Amino acid sequence: MMKCTEATQLLSEKLDRPLSTKEKVSLGMHTAMCPACRQFGKQMSALREITQRYVQSDDTESEDAKK
Amino acid sequence: MTSAALPIDPAPCSSLFDDTEFMNALRLQMLKFATLQVRNQALAEDAVQDAMLSAYQHIERFQRQAALKTWVFAILKNKLIDILRKEKRYTSASILEEGAGRNDEALLDTLFTDHGHWQKDERPQKWDEPDHGLESSDFWKIFDTCLDALPARYSRLFMMREFLELESNEICDNEQLSVSNLNTTLFRARLRLRECLEDNWFAGETCP
Repeated sequence: MMKCTEATQLLSEKLDRPLSTKEKVSLGMHTAMCPACRQFGKQMSALREITQRYVQSDDTESEDAKK
Repeated sequence: MTSAALPIDPAPCSSLFDDTEFMNALRLQMLKFATLQVRNQALAEDAVQDAMLSAYQHIERFQRQAALKTWVFAILKNKLIDILRKEKRYTSASILEEGAGRNDEALLDTLFTDHGHWQKDERPQKWDEPDHGLESSDFWKIFDTCLDALPARYSRLFMMREFLELESNEICDNEQLSVSNLNTTLFRARLRLRECLEDNWFAGETCP
């Protein structure tokens, strides 16, 4: 069984490279049983979305400005 | 107040640029980010200057500080990407790397048990996005603080990948890094940022 330390690293690397089939299977088995790592995986995607919005405001004017 | 007689009068919006406190803070934030990314003061200053100039030329577009800030950072982002692509790095990574390794081991020990599982208290919690006002300036202050707390090399590569949105192979090529080195650095940066945001933003909000 994969450890959380390994699972978290793969959950991060998943954002930077395609995982191998073997990695996907072991990771899938781990996250199926580990709510903490499942949450970590969601947070990795959230962190990416958050960072892409860095210094962006949510008011509609800034959207207009980009057009 | 009427400006009809002056077609080139920037009056309606020039107050944004006249707010020296805001403009100075914005300029410093841009300069700090640019310097972190390109690691050359002169190049960073040029990029910030260009972005500011082009904002000034489009001043009529901006009614609010937030809109101006978003816009100049978008310009700056593209300028930094250009610089990073042109100027392959020539400085050694070693200075910024020093000390980071040991801290990482300590962090991993705090987060995980000897068996490699999450410590009970450190297990990631659910992040409730809509309720936590991610767009608020308070959130971004904390985000900046958490980013600053990372070793410079981590925040640099993290922002290169996630904010400038460069592909991994391009970063490795520009920075002469191995893919595994980059992946490990990004992992450690994310691990720390996640921890910092959860402790200082997502956890704190529930008890006002």
